Amino acid sequence: MAALDDLYKEIILDHYRSPRNQGELDHPAHRCEGFNPLCGDEVIVYVALNDGKIDDIKIGGQGCSISQASASMMTEIVKGKSIEEAELVIHAFKEMMDIYETELSGNKKIESTVSDIDLGDLEALQGVVKYPVRIKCATLAWNTLTQSIDEVTNTSL
Amino acid sequence: MNLDVNRIKQDFPVLQRVINGKSLVYLDSANTSQKPDSVISAMGDYYNNSNANVHRGSYQLANEATAILESARDKVAGFINANNRQEVIFVKNATEAINLVSNTWGRVNLNQGDVIVLTELEHHANIVPWHMLAKEKEIEIRWVKVGDDGHLDLSNFDTLIDGAKLLSFAAMSNVLGTFTPVKEMSERAHTAGAKVLIDASQYTPHSQTDVQELGADFLTFTGHKLLGPMGIGVLWGKEEILDAMPPFLGGGEMILNVTKEGFSTNDLPWKFEAGTPMVAEAAGLGAAIDYLNEIGMDKVRSHEISLMDYALTKLQNDFGDSITIYGPKDATERGGVLSFSFEGAHPHDIAQILDEDNICIRAGHHCAKPLMQVLGVGATSRASAYLYNDESDIDVLAEGLRKVRDIFNPN
Ligand SMILES: Cc1ncc(COP(=O)(O)O)c(C=O)c1O
Repeated sequence: MAALDDLYKEIILDHYRSPRNQGELDHPAHRCEGFNPLCGDEVIVYVALNDGKIDDIKIGGQGCSISQASASMMTEIVKGKSIEEAELVIHAFKEMMDIYETELSGNKKIESTVSDIDLGDLEALQGVVKYPVRIKCATLAWNTLTQSIDEVTNTSL
Repeated sequence: MNLDVNRIKQDFPVLQRVINGKSLVYLDSANTSQKPDSVISAMGDYYNNSNANVHRGSYQLANEATAILESARDKVAGFINANNRQEVIFVKNATEAINLVSNTWGRVNLNQGDVIVLTELEHHANIVPWHMLAKEKEIEIRWVKVGDDGHLDLSNFDTLIDGAKLLSFAAMSNVLGTFTPVKEMSERAHTAGAKVLIDASQYTPHSQTDVQELGADFLTFTGHKLLGPMGIGVLWGKEEILDAMPPFLGGGEMILNVTKEGFSTNDLPWKFEAGTPMVAEAAGLGAAIDYLNEIGMDKVRSHEISLMDYALTKLQNDFGDSITIYGPKDATERGGVLSFSFEGAHPHDIAQILDEDNICIRAGHHCAKPLMQVLGVGATSRASAYLYNDESDIDVLAEGLRKVRDIFNPN
């Protein structure tokens, strides 16, 4: 059970049972859906951006403990942050998930620039790295948030 | 007489595997079955002794390879009681078989405004090809509903089928395990003038398949769920219908003659088998059919009924209201497939925790998203059994579920 205990930490189960910032935001908040076709998990991220800052964020959809807890923790850490700050957190989280930005010419890892970012509760998700299929669960909400930010910043250009 | 499962298990090399000191409890046969020694060695034998291209060599190896391919066809024809071997077409899998029908029969026979009927319990393989055709041809898809008991609701079937050109449906649900009333639905569809395609991907591994008795125009199953290898499936169709259909893929094998001006198609079944075929896979499928015939499909089925009966009772007794088992409650109305929700734990988490004890189940939407919507869930956990499973596997599953409970609902 040791590995499982490492995966299913109490804090993760707590976020799964009582997800934070669950619900919807009305227009003009931006709505973006993400799917994990493997298991049918679905996340809907609503973000209200104001002056380059994430004023509010809500999560809808359904999924496993890892994807739900990760989404819930994500809302807590990015809420109130500027887009730039949020992007650094996204980057740091993905590095913890062992996903590195790669250079086009090869697989060389780009030097981490975000190792000093404090991920707080999110550190509890580190156990996921041992279960490669679950990394997709953990990153679903994050990828959807990235897409959301891209969509908003591109349309407002 | 009961199956000697302990002996049968010995025939399957992978079931001997021990990972982290624990033996394998394989409960994912609805996804793909394990393969007995005889299947694996039939494939090896072909490559070791007879590998050559078929239907075009003029030496002994080529003749042997051709004989291996064509004798597998004869075995399939016998296994499903086809009228003749020309009606048995080898394809890659059931998905390809349905795409073959939608692209050939469908393209020729379905036009704007035409209706086809599917059911809510279909696998995506029997939905998406029709969506694709519906978009191209502007045809209408009607859906037979699934009732609360996991059976198809046929109360408005005559209205749905009225004026339809095709009824395409699964003989057994890969999620609920439900056996659908194939014969009755085929008869009623034929009365209404519709053709009938049966997706027997789940049915054929679990139950004697008799295409005459079932009364279909097309039937498909996929080799890898039937103890056979991945990469081979079967499309059976009535000869006169197959004859009238245009070819699917073009190339070698499927032609009689080719000129700069055009081509003429080969006879059945090769008309639908373009390019070099899967000979080793055919050898494997033939060996799988031999294996099942030796045991007897009636015994496979009765073993499964008693095993499912045990599983339904045990899981319900052990977990009561904490478990929701989908589909018919009576083991005689279902195949060896058991989908469930448990303790508010997500199926993906359940599968992960069970994996810790080498218990293999499937979590997800099982390629049946419309059915998930009907059930009101995003995903289910699914344990599925075959002739190499016994009550001890179900007991280990129940033990594993207790661990899930300890993590998600300790008290
Ligand atoms: C009912 C049903 N139809 C079709 C298929 C597709 O089989 P294949 O992927 O081998 O084409 C499956 C397999 O999951 C199935 O369960």
